[in-house]
Amino acid sequence: MSDVLVSMEGIDKSFPGVHALNQCKFELKKGEVHALVGENGAGKSTLMKVLAGVYSKDAGRILYKGAEVEIPNPRAAQHLGISLIHQELNLMNHLSVAQNIFIGREPRRRPRLFLDERRINEQAKGLLEMLHLDIDPRTKVADLTVAKQQMVEIAKALSFNSEVLIMDEPTAALTEKEIEDLFRIIRQLRDKGVGVVHISHRLEELKQISDRITVMRDGQYVGTTATKEASIDEIIRMMVGRTIFGARPELPEKPSSEVVLEARHLHRGRVIRDVSFNLKRGEILGFAGLVGAGRTEVARAIFGADPLDSGEIYVRGERVHIKTPADAVRHGIAYLSEDRKRYGLTLGMDVESNLVLAAFHKFLGYLGWVNRSKTGERADHYVKALNIRTPGLQQKARNLSGGNQQKVVVGKWLTADTNILIFDEPTRGIDVGAKSEIYRLLNDLAKQGRSIIMISSELPEVLRMSHRIVVMCEGRITGELASGADQEGIMKLATQRGETRAA
Amino acid sequence: MTEQTAQPEAPAAAKRSLARSGSMQTVLAFGGLIILFVGFSIASSNFFQFENIVGILLATAVNGVLALGVTFVIVSGGIDLSIGTVMTLSAVMTGVFVTNWHVPVPIGVVGGLAIGTAAGLVNGIIIAKMKVPPFIATLGMLNIAKGLALVSSGLKPIYFNDTPSFNQMAMGSALGALIPGFDVPNLVLVLFGAAIIASLALSRTILGRYTFALGSNEEAARLSGVKVDNWKIAIYSVCGLFSGLAGVLIAARLNSAQPSLGQGYELDAIAAAVIGGVSLSGGEGTILGTVIGAFVISTLTNGLRILSVPQEWQTVVTGGIVILAVYLDVIRRRQR
Repeated sequence: MSDVLVSMEGIDKSFPGVHALNQCKFELKKGEVHALVGENGAGKSTLMKVLAGVYSKDAGRILYKGAEVEIPNPRAAQHLGISLIHQELNLMNHLSVAQNIFIGREPRRRPRLFLDERRINEQAKGLLEMLHLDIDPRTKVADLTVAKQQMVEIAKALSFNSEVLIMDEPTAALTEKEIEDLFRIIRQLRDKGVGVVHISHRLEELKQISDRITVMRDGQYVGTTATKEASIDEIIRMMVGRTIFGARPELPEKPSSEVVLEARHLHRGRVIRDVSFNLKRGEILGFAGLVGAGRTEVARAIFGADPLDSGEIYVRGERVHIKTPADAVRHGIAYLSEDRKRYGLTLGMDVESNLVLAAFHKFLGYLGWVNRSKTGERADHYVKALNIRTPGLQQKARNLSGGNQQKVVVGKWLTADTNILIFDEPTRGIDVGAKSEIYRLLNDLAKQGRSIIMISSELPEVLRMSHRIVVMCEGRITGELASGADQEGIMKLATQRGETRAA
Repeated sequence: MTEQTAQPEAPAAAKRSLARSGSMQTVLAFGGLIILFVGFSIASSNFFQFENIVGILLATAVNGVLALGVTFVIVSGGIDLSIGTVMTLSAVMTGVFVTNWHVPVPIGVVGGLAIGTAAGLVNGIIIAKMKVPPFIATLGMLNIAKGLALVSSGLKPIYFNDTPSFNQMAMGSALGALIPGFDVPNLVLVLFGAAIIASLALSRTILGRYTFALGSNEEAARLSGVKVDNWKIAIYSVCGLFSGLAGVLIAARLNSAQPSLGQGYELDAIAAAVIGGVSLSGGEGTILGTVIGAFVISTLTNGLRILSVPQEWQTVVTGGIVILAVYLDVIRRRQR
């Protein structure tokens, strides 16, 4: 067993309201590529952040080369030889490649205040050559492609003489060609005895690169198999195999056939590629896909928050030109961001103000004076209708629970008379009990004839709530499923990479 | 294969780099400076005279030194609004030391520098340790320094009449002694000396490297093991040191410490840095750019005065130039 580098046992980690890791275990051997897979929110990144000292564990132990270790911060991890390459790259764009690699431990010249730029560049060059990377160490990081920036991160990790290299979704933004390069380097490191942890959603890819696969689900360890012996279908089953919602959903009646929103051939750079779909009156249309599939981007584009390169949008059969969110609201479209606290609410203001904020013009009286009795009446109406639990209308939005905050955002858009509601991860950060209430609210809205697009990364939620499900992957729609589809079906579409892209 | 794909990328990347980076704005600022010189020279024969050029150099010195210091802070992603009044406080304290306490001039000067550095140090601690946003922290320091300057001067200017060597230090001309007729005041030499030191510090030292690192991505720097807080304190202290130097210079030049002077200087200094290509979002900028920016402002002011444009309108014009410079910075950032 001397070839076991890392072994984590019984790891527990809670964040306020979320039990992120529950008795998790993980093992990494010298010279292996170990894939860590699971749905969004399964706890993969959290587990690895514990190993890299970004988070501290609540319970459990970590053995490094057979000895128990404490890893309180990233520096301690680095010191042990454990490096984590974050999903969002951690580079300083204004500095050069070499400067980034050696940040924090620059070679100096006498007097010690001065940098030895030549040595920084030479040593960086050596590292890059070792990885067979054709990058000039003096290039500014901002001028590199994302793929090359990632290579720089790897070079930086190696400069710490890392023996454990954790990569969080390293291929998410890479082209096929770049992925090949990355895999070449991963194999090279593996052959040198480095243990590589590869977190990814892309199962085909894992077949190519990994030696073993560990599956996680809902913060728990599911199992580990040798890659050779596992089929993709089997892994998908391990990833989703659960039934959180026992009963079949009770969807509102069939939506009418009247199309209220239609998108045709939307394009925006590489993030939205030829997206077309329609939404009917009284329908809940689920948008499934992995993080970064382009669902939020489509929603923001329709809402006028981001510009489109091309494409047409029709509201109730009429071509509309939505350039700003104000245009969208005028056409009755609302977007409820997943980050409620930042984009949905003015946290420091009270419930009443939040509820009427998007339609203030309706409550203005003589000389623009706000008619408080009217705003109070309307706010009171929605507090009751939406069952918002608040001690009063004057309660600050900040003090409400996540579920009730979400309801306030919904109420705000109802006050503004919008009838096409785009929900982005409506239950994110909301505890389990309040979730079902949000679901009921969505159903009620649909019953009242409002149309809903629900973007969600939680497959059971999408399956339970939607009349139809659109699945996206890498900016394009890879399929449409009727309600009654299964998780495996969605996962297959959501991981279906497009034809080879041009680099 | 790798080489082949990499090749077409390189020239495009280089071009992108130039267009994006602050160096483009430095070139623009330099072009602007030349245009101002040519324009004013044509408009008035009084402009391109040795006396007037010296006047411009003199006018640049104090603002230029302030701008050097604040360049460090802005490149690191912060802001320092207190430099103007910290300068005043340093000037007044130099006066207190030299005139009231009869301390020898060199020691008084060191004292003045120390006061400025101390103010910067306090700024740094408030920002780095107490996590007060730089805008607010230094706005507070602006008032603290202003108040202290008024208190310690007793609301009256302090004159250096007992120590003529002090004024001589700034307004005398070591160059003029070497090259007869080339009477460039020492003050100007101090500006260039300070600029050279600042330039070395920003581009060659560990302090400079971390100044850029903080401005570019503070979190990444922290995760790489850089002691972010300590370096922030160092950066604000350096800025304070330059404010202190500016205080000593303005006192020497006027042969007096004026307790009510100083507020508003911070904006001219920040403007100089921004005009020269220092990005208000941090991570970009050069000392050369800042010096050019400072010259743009003083040349503009000087030229407009020669053309008899009223003082009030000069202020309007410089305000417009600052907005233009920041707008260019915004455009540059949007292109990414």
